[in-house]
Parts: sequence; structure tokens; C-alpha cells
Amino acid sequence: MIAELGLAALWLAASLALLQLALAAFGLKQGREDLLGGVRPVAVTQALLVALAFLCLVLLFLRSDMSVLLVAMNSHSAKPWLYKFAGTWGNHEGSMLLWVTVMGVAGAGVALFERTLRRDTHMATLGAQAAISLGFYAFLLFSSNPFARLDPPAPDGQGLNPLLQDPGLAFHPPTLYLGYVGLSVAFSFAVGALMTRNVDAAFARAMRPWVLGAWVLLTLGITAGSYWAYYELGWGGWWFWDPVENASLMPWLAATALLHSVTVLATRDALRAWTVMLAVVAFSMSMVGTFLVRSGILTSVHAFAVDPERGSFILALLAIYIGGALALFGLRVGTVREGEQFEMMSREALLVVNNLLLTVILGVVLIGTLYPLMTEAFGHKVSVGPPYFDRIAGPLALILMLAMIVGPLTRWRRDRAGVVAGRLLWPAIVMLGLVAVLAVTAWGRIGVLPFLGLVVAGGVALGSLIPLTKRNLRRTPLFIWGMVIAHLGCAVSLAGMASESAFNVEKLIAMAPGDSVETAGWTVRFDRVAPIAGDNWTAMQADVSASRGGATARLRPQSRFFTSPPTTTTESAILTKWDGQLYVVLGDRLDDGRWQMRIWWKPFVTLIWLGGVLIALGGVLAIIGRERRGWALKLRQIRAGEFG
Amino acid sequence: MKSGWLLWLPLALFAALGALFLGGLLHPEERVITSKMIGKPLPAFTLPQAASDRPALVSAEFAQGKPRLLNIFASWCVPCAAESPQLMALAQAGVPIDGIAIRDAREDVDAFLARWGNPYSHIGLDARSSVQIALGSSGVPETFLIDGQGRIVFQHVGDIRAEDVPGIIAKWKAAQ
Repeated sequence: MIAELGLAALWLAASLALLQLALAAFGLKQGREDLLGGVRPVAVTQALLVALAFLCLVLLFLRSDMSVLLVAMNSHSAKPWLYKFAGTWGNHEGSMLLWVTVMGVAGAGVALFERTLRRDTHMATLGAQAAISLGFYAFLLFSSNPFARLDPPAPDGQGLNPLLQDPGLAFHPPTLYLGYVGLSVAFSFAVGALMTRNVDAAFARAMRPWVLGAWVLLTLGITAGSYWAYYELGWGGWWFWDPVENASLMPWLAATALLHSVTVLATRDALRAWTVMLAVVAFSMSMVGTFLVRSGILTSVHAFAVDPERGSFILALLAIYIGGALALFGLRVGTVREGEQFEMMSREALLVVNNLLLTVILGVVLIGTLYPLMTEAFGHKVSVGPPYFDRIAGPLALILMLAMIVGPLTRWRRDRAGVVAGRLLWPAIVMLGLVAVLAVTAWGRIGVLPFLGLVVAGGVALGSLIPLTKRNLRRTPLFIWGMVIAHLGCAVSLAGMASESAFNVEKLIAMAPGDSVETAGWTVRFDRVAPIAGDNWTAMQADVSASRGGATARLRPQSRFFTSPPTTTTESAILTKWDGQLYVVLGDRLDDGRWQMRIWWKPFVTLIWLGGVLIALGGVLAIIGRERRGWALKLRQIRAGEFG
Repeated sequence: MKSGWLLWLPLALFAALGALFLGGLLHPEERVITSKMIGKPLPAFTLPQAASDRPALVSAEFAQGKPRLLNIFASWCVPCAAESPQLMALAQAGVPIDGIAIRDAREDVDAFLARWGNPYSHIGLDARSSVQIALGSSGVPETFLIDGQGRIVFQHVGDIRAEDVPGIIAKWKAAQ
């Protein structure tokens, strides 16, 4: 019954999305207030129904209902409940249902909480949001029904990829999805603004919290995904330039550019057309990423089910929505009044530099990711690996970081170059000092990029704090704190990346129980190895003691074997210290009874993710700082009974 | 940005991207990866018996003058079951096929072959994936064509579909 209820709710939600689109379209076209009055209630009801459908699927997974095809294919009754729960979205159909659910709920949020936008733009935005949802409802109902029954029911499920049996899975994909879909709201705002020819500062202020929110979630999702790959894959790396990773990085780059340009539009009423363009591009990148992952055209690892039919469906959606929005852009943006002008030496100009660099990096990542497809068009499939991305995106990112020092220290509208240079004195001294120190201590031992990375990280770390000087810290607006902390987070993250690639020490050796090895100041002893059993796996677990300066810690890396489906995974053991992480992986047993061990010392590697969290925290502070007044107003209205 | 072709540039770029994606979707050839192992000699290996009624597998088998297929599979692999009719068709067409079972157990392999058919003349057990890794194979199923001198001439990544069979037979004939 639950499956049928879910399916019915999904159909109803889809019909309401169609109704929402129709009401908004005809209401606006014919200027009929009676039709427009229905848009907001319908949007809220649609969100409730699609949330009900998602809840039904969660219940089916929690109850291990093997008469549902999706559950039988992706779950197993022996799995711990958390992974049954996470299994709901750990598959194609479930993740798409999560997608439309978040989209519906975000649409309801726009319907309920947006008060400042011009009414016709608000209605057009809700219509656009319903139009996008409709495509994904159609995708679910016609090509990826999550509630399809299996007759007769399976005796038990086929399990879940053991790599995915990790708490990280429970939260990482939904966080990214929330971010992707948050960008759909920005996209709808852009379409609504173009439709009603209303691109101005008020529009930017309405769109900003959604962009910021989506960006915070994407930042957290990418940070978590990076840490998950780092400890779960057991390869010691934290970013692999894999198509799936790039699929999440590209929307983030676009969203980062957008959140800076939307601030220019909100504050100075400049960069109108460009901001609208970026809003379209940001969500387009989310959809392109979803297409790349779901269609399988780039994954050569055959564990993914390649389904050309689904790929074609998403491609058709891409063509309709992105193509439609870009065509609307071409038609309408010429009629958007030009925004305010600004001088070459102004904060606006530096934010344009930021936007251009981010856009170029986005292009570099996009081209690198699609390179196999492009070369294939000429006969052979070649992919460009990490060297391409590091060498091209790396230097661009460093230039971007340098601009990040200058931007916040420059005034809006117009500033004098000499004065700005004076404010840059201290960061410049720090960077020159770092160049001198590193040149003496590490010249020739570390690569050029890590070298420059450490230098720039020092400059940005100091530079990001300068906007706080000469201010009363208690009275400093929260959004300034947000900017400072986010920029500081970039410096912290960059320092971690540069330090890891400059000073990382790796050791691959064969050890017998009782053996010791010295590496990077640590003494690592392999004490013993013994079998151990878990819920649905067995493992060989090594007991390793690592000591440095008198203190000893235990590490227990495992080589884990899962029964359904049979797969071996390595569980790395990580010891976190203030100055880095010791990372130990247990490899294969050799014929002579010794075991392969991989040991890394990664100095300050944790800064990478700490920086990511700081960046997200900065975003949260910016949202609170910008929106507090609006929320307080809304709350008073609700109390006074003016709601709805 | 008041007017002009610049406004339509994003749409044009997107159209090119869409064409690229469409090409990627329509071209099944991309499932075949040009491997670094093509033209290289087969790594030497000696694998124990994996199934009760088939002999063990040694790499010398592939250097006896006649081209053979080497199929990497596992009883726990669903795509391998899906490709079994194609392997049976290849075997019936006279193509000799040897198998390597990855991380498997004899009872499971026996049950798998009893259920899905047995196209193999020899089957070796690669309990720790060591030969698989030496072959540069990243997953199951995967199929190699090896000429009579022990050189790899072709690699098929993923399951063999019905439409791939004629091409593989042609390549096998060409290698003779």
C-alpha cells in the first residue's frame, strides 16, 4: 500500500506543478488576479505531496519491502538501519525523487517567504520553478519510477555498494543535492526577471539568500565528499579530478561567481545582464553534472549502469530548460536597462576580475572533464588527468586568490590606486617574507605550485583580516564577518593543499608482525594482524602502534570483505595530530607471510577541510547578516495574522 | 551588452555542448577503451583450477599459435551473467575462450556455470585480483583477444552485448 500511496502522491504533485505553471502563465498573460491568487497555495500543496511521496520511499527502505523493485535491487535486510535509510537516495530513482522533493520544498519556500519582489516577477519565478519540476516529474514517472513493484518479491535484497556503507553517504549526497536544487531557485528568479523585464537591485536582493544558501550547501557537500574519498578510498588523495567530483565543482565555481556578482547588483545596481547569465549558468552546470553522472557517458568504470534512455531523457530536459533560458536571455536581455557604470579602480572592477577568473576556471574544468568526449568525436578516446587540471586551473586559482586580497580593501565606485597599494603593504611583506623563508629552507625540494600556494595562502590569511582593522568589532555587520571568515577559509584550505603536496611523505613497504619502520619522525610498529567480524562484513585487521616523541597511539587499518555483494574494501586508519595526519592502509598479504603497508605522513592536511568548513560558516554568517531584518519583519507579520 | 551576436553566443556554445552530449550518447563504441595493453605481451601467470570440470589456466596457453579470447568474470557479477549468452554464441562460432574468475570460490563458479552455461575451455582462479591488475583491467567483466604469440590485440571493457559479437568474431578471424 505504501508504494501505491507514494506513486499516487507523486502523480498528484506532478499535476499540481502543471496547474501551478498554467495559473502563473495565463494569470500573467491575461492579467487575471483570480488565477494568480492560486499560484502560492498550489506551490505549497505540491511541496507537501512530493514530500509525502519521498517519505513513502524512505519507509519502504526502512521496512526492507522486497516487493518493491528498487528496494530489492539496492538494499538488504541485514544492513544497519542508517544505511537502509541512506539507501533511499543511494540509487538513481531515489536520488531523482529527492531532487524533485527538494525542488518542490524550495518552491514552497519562495511562495511563502518572498515579500519584496515585484508581484509579476514573483509569479513568473514560481511558474518557472514549476516548469522545471514538471520535467523531472515526467522523468521519474515515465522513465525512473521508484515505486515499481517486483512480482514475486525477492527473498532478499542485492545489497548496496560497500564503499557507500559509510556515515558519509547518509549526508554527503543530500547536501550536494540541496545545493544543486537551491541553484534552481536562482535560475527560476533569473527566468522570472527576464520574462517580466525586471532586473534590478531588488531582484538581486531577493535572489541573494538562495544563492548564498545553495553555495553554503555545495561548499559543505564538496568538503565532505573530498574527506570521504580521502579516508574511504584508501589512496591517500583528497581530490582526483574525477568526472563525478568535477560535476560538483563546476556548479560551485559558477555559484561562487554568482554570489559575488549578485552582491554588485544588489549594492550598486551594476552587472545586470551578467548576473542573470550566471544564474542561468549555475543551475545549468548542476544539470550538466547530473547528466554526466547519470547518463554514464563519461564513466568508464562499468559498475555504473549505463542507461542511454535515461541519458536521452535528461539531455532533452537540458535542451529544453537551458536552451530555453539562453534563448530568452538572447531575446530579452537587450531590453534590460543598462546598470550603473564604475571606474577601473573600484571594488566592482575587482569583482569583475573575480568573475572572469572563476568563469575561465569553470571553462578549464568543463573542457578537461569533457575532453574524452571531444577527442572521441575525432576517433579516439583520451582523457586528460590531474596534470592538466593542476597546471592550468592551479595558477588561475592563485591569481584569483591574489585578487581576493585586493578586492575587500578597495572602495565601491572609485578608489585611488596609490591608496589601495598602501593598504596592501602588510600582505606584501608577509608574502615576501614567506618567499625568503621557503627559498632558504625548501628550495628545489618542493614544486612551484605548492611553493606559490604557501606564499599566497599567507598573504590571503593576513589580507582577509585587514577589513576588520579600524572597526569596532562588536558593531561590524555580520556580513562583513562572513566575508572575512570565508576568505580566511580559502587561505586555510589553500595552505592545507599546498602543505600536503609540498611535504607529504609516503612509504610503501612489506612488513611482518613485529617489524618497525621509521618515517617522517614517526616510529610505526606492526604488532599483529587478526580477523574480525562486523554486521555484514569480515575483515583482516592490523594492530599498528605509532609513536613520536614518547607518545604512542594505536591504529587499526582493515582490509574488509563484504558478503552482499562480495567486494573487498580497504579501511584506512588515520591518526590526527595538530600538525597533520598519519594515514595507514593495510594492503595484500604476500606469499612469504608479510603484509603490504602504505604509510603517509601528511602535514597540515586537515586544514583543507577546516578551510572548507570556514568558507561555509562565512556564507551562513552572510545570510544571517543580510536577511535578519527581513526575517524579523516576516515574523511580526505572522504574529499579526497577515500571513499568506 | 545592448544587442548583437554576443547575446546569442551562450546559446550557441550550449548547442555545441548539447551536440557533443548527443554524440556521446549515440556512440556505443565509447564502451571500448583503447587500452595501453594493446600490442603488449600477456603477463605471465599460473592460476589454480576455478571450476570442477575445467582445467587450470596458465599464460603459456595463449602462445600456442591460435588466437584465443580471455574473459575475466566472477560468479558474483551480474553483468557477467548478462553477457553469458554472447560468450556461448562466440564459443559455438568456434572461438576458443578461457576464463579467469576473480575473487571467487569453486562452488560458486560451478553454480554460476551450471546456471548460465559454460563457454570456457580453461578457467583459472585469481583469488586476489593480481592477474587482473597485471592485465590493466579495472573491473569485471572484461574480455581480451590474444593472438597465437601471446600478444594482446584487443580489449573489450564491460559486458559483451549481442551487437558486439560479429565484430569480435571478425577480429578473432583477422588475428589468425
